[in-house]
Amino acid sequence: MISFEPTEEQELVRSTARDLAAESLRPLARDADEESAIPADFLRSTWQLGFVSNQIPEAFGGGGAPRSPMTGALLLEELAAGDAALALAALSPALFATTLVDHGTAKQQERYLPQLCGADFQAASVAIVEPRPAFDAHVLRTTAESRGSAWVLNGVKSFVAYGGEASHFIVVATDPDGKPAAFVVPREAHGVSVAGPEPTLGLRALPFARLELKNVEVPQDDRVGGPAGFDYARLLNCARVGIAAALVGLSRAVMEYTIPYAKERVAFGEAIAQKQAIAFMLSDMAIETDAMRWLVWKAAAELEAGRDATRATHLMRSYVSAQAMKIADNGIQVLGGHGFIREHPVELWYRHARTLGVLEGTAAV
Amino acid sequence: MISFDLTENDKKVLDAIREESLIARKYARHFDENEEEFPPDQLPEAKDRPGFYSLLGGRDVDDTGMNVLGMLITAAQTWGDYSVRLRRNSGGLGNSALRAAGSPEQQQKWGHLTLAMAITEPGCGSDPSRVKTTATKDGDHYVLNGEKIFVTTGCRADGVVAWATVDANAGRAGIKSFLVEKGTPGFTVVRKEKKLGIRADDTAAYLFENCRVPRANLLGGDETVAKEGSGGFRGVMKTFNMTRPAVAAIGLGISQAALDFTREQLELAGIDVKYGASSASQSALAQKFLELEAMQEAAMLTVMRAAWLADRQESNNLESSIAKAKGGQAVRLVTQGCIEILGPLGVSREHLLEKWFRDVRITDIYEGTGQIQNLIIARTILGYSRNELR
Repeated sequence: MISFEPTEEQELVRSTARDLAAESLRPLARDADEESAIPADFLRSTWQLGFVSNQIPEAFGGGGAPRSPMTGALLLEELAAGDAALALAALSPALFATTLVDHGTAKQQERYLPQLCGADFQAASVAIVEPRPAFDAHVLRTTAESRGSAWVLNGVKSFVAYGGEASHFIVVATDPDGKPAAFVVPREAHGVSVAGPEPTLGLRALPFARLELKNVEVPQDDRVGGPAGFDYARLLNCARVGIAAALVGLSRAVMEYTIPYAKERVAFGEAIAQKQAIAFMLSDMAIETDAMRWLVWKAAAELEAGRDATRATHLMRSYVSAQAMKIADNGIQVLGGHGFIREHPVELWYRHARTLGVLEGTAAV
Repeated sequence: MISFDLTENDKKVLDAIREESLIARKYARHFDENEEEFPPDQLPEAKDRPGFYSLLGGRDVDDTGMNVLGMLITAAQTWGDYSVRLRRNSGGLGNSALRAAGSPEQQQKWGHLTLAMAITEPGCGSDPSRVKTTATKDGDHYVLNGEKIFVTTGCRADGVVAWATVDANAGRAGIKSFLVEKGTPGFTVVRKEKKLGIRADDTAAYLFENCRVPRANLLGGDETVAKEGSGGFRGVMKTFNMTRPAVAAIGLGISQAALDFTREQLELAGIDVKYGASSASQSALAQKFLELEAMQEAAMLTVMRAAWLADRQESNNLESSIAKAKGGQAVRLVTQGCIEILGPLGVSREHLLEKWFRDVRITDIYEGTGQIQNLIIARTILGYSRNELR
C-alpha cells in the first residue's frame, strides 16, 4: 500500500528532533562553525536522548527499537534543519553502530555495541573515503591481506568523522579477491596513526580525521560479518540516504529562512517576495524540497524492507545533491549582499550543501 | 507506515491496464498521422477485455487509496498511448465540474453525458477572470454570446460547461458556468484545432451566438453576484484540485514510455546503465539517462503525495500545484533528454519517441501553466493574496 504516513513512534522522534533543532542546534550552529568545535554539553545531552543507542538491541544495553532506516531518515532531516554539522556530529557513532547491528557477528555485537550504550557521547567512526581526486567508494586502495590468523591492513583514510576521538573504527578495505571487506580496528592498534582535524569548506564544527594504517594486524574475528563478509552496498546506501536526508533538512532551513526575509525586505516600494523573480525562487525551493524528501523516503523504504536499495539510492543521491546545492545557492541570492555576510546562516548552508553533497560515510540511517 | 509498495490487488489492476495500453500503442502512430479520424471507443483487440471498473472490485483496506491508484492507472494508460484515455471515457473536464459544483438535480440530468469544459477564449487563457463571453438574463433563460477555444474533447462531447460573465463589471465574481448541450440553437463547433501533439485527442473551437439556455442550466444554481471577493469563482476553480496532479500523471505516463524505450535502445547499443556506480565508471549517456530517471521518479512521487492527501481528505491545494509544476517540467526535460541520448534515431518517425516528445509538451500548459502553478505555490508559502503577488 502506498502511504506517506509515518508511524506514531516516528512522529514522536520527528517532533523531539524538531524541537531540539530549534532550541539547541540552530542557536549553537554559528559559534560551532566559527570555532570549529562542538560544545561537549550539546553532545552529552543529545546523546542522552538515545538517538544512537535506540536501535541497538536491549541485550547490549540499547533501546531495542526495531532497526529502521526510515526513522533515521526522518531524524536526520529534522536535526539537519537545525544544523547539519551538529546533527552529523551527534549521530556520527550511529553509522558504526548500525553497521554492526546490520552486519556484525554475534561476537562483534556483544563486544562493541555496549560501549555505545553508555551515558556519555562515545565517538566511533566508519572510514571509507581515501584522499584522492574523484574518490570512488567502489575503488578502495586500502588493502586487507590474510596472514595466518590475522588480517593486515594498509592504506590511508580521510574524512573520518570524529576520528580524532574515536576509540574504534570500522575500516573498509579491498580483500585479496578484490572484494570490499570491513574490519573493526581499535585506535590503539599497532600501526594506526590518527592525524587531523582535516579542515573543510563546510561542516567545520565536525572534526574529520585522517587515518593511516601501516601493517595493522586485525584478528580474524574482527572482520565485519565474519569470513563471509558483509553487504557493503547496504552500508553505502544507508550512509547515502543519511546524507541525503540531511540535505533535505538543510534545504528546508534555507526555504524557511528566506521566506520571512523576502517578505520584510523592501525594494522599489514593495517586499521583494512580491516580485515574481524572487517569489519563483521560493516556490522552486518548496517544489524541490518536497521532491527530494520523497526520493529519500523511497530509498529509505527499500532499506527498511531489507531489499537492495541501490537503484533508489542512486537516483536519490545525484538529484538531492544537485537540488540542495541550487536551493542553498538561491538562498544567498535572495538575501543579496546580506547573504554573503556571516551574520546570516545562508552562507553557512551554502558551504554545508557543497560539502555534504560529496561526502561518503559520515552518518547513516 | 511509509511505504511505496503496491499490493497484489494494486499490481493486478496496473498489469491489466498496462497490457491494454500496449494494444492502444499499436494504433498510436495511425491516429497521430491521421488526425481527422477519431479513435474508436473500442479497439478491436480490446473488445472482449473486462472493463476498467470491473478490475477495481474486491479491494482491501490494505490496498493503495483510490486517488493514488488513480494516478498510477492514469500514467499506466498514457504509457501505452495518450489516445487510450479516450476509450471508455467516463467524461471530460466538464463532468468533474458538474460533480464538484452541480446540484443533485443537475447531476441527475447531465451526469451520464460526456461534458467538455470551455474556459479559454482568444483573448484570455491563464487568467479566466477576463472571460468576455456574456450570459445575459432574459426571462427564464440566459443568452450566451462569445467565442471559446482549446476545448478538450470539444468535438465529441455531448455538451459543455461554458464559463461566461453575467456582469462584466463584477470581475471574477461575475463569472458563472453554464451547461449547454450540443444541438442547442446558436451553439456551433467552429473547428477542430491542429496541434503539435496529442493529435488523437480532439480540441475544439466554439461559437455562441444568441444561444439561449434555461436558467436551470446555471451550474450550482447560484445567480447572485458577490460584491466583494471572488464569489462563486472559487468554487469553480476547486474543480482543478485533483485534475492538476492527474494532468501531471498523464504526462508522466508518456515520459515513462520514453525512458523505457531509451533504456531498451541503450541496451541494444551495448551501453549499460549501472546503478550504484560512480560517475567515473559510467558513460556520459548512462549518466544523462540516470539524471532523467531521477527527475521522472521525483515528479511521480509529488503526484502520489498530492493524491495521497486527497485520499485522506486533507487539503492538497499546495501539493497539487507542486505536482503539476514538477510534472510539467519533468516530462519536457525527460523527453527532450531521451532524444538527445538516442540522437538521430530519436527523431525518426519510425519510432514513437518523437511523438511522445510532442505529446507531453502540453502538460506544462493546460490546467494552469507551470508559471501559474508557481504563482499558486509562492502565494501559499508566502501567505500572500492574489493582490499581494500578481
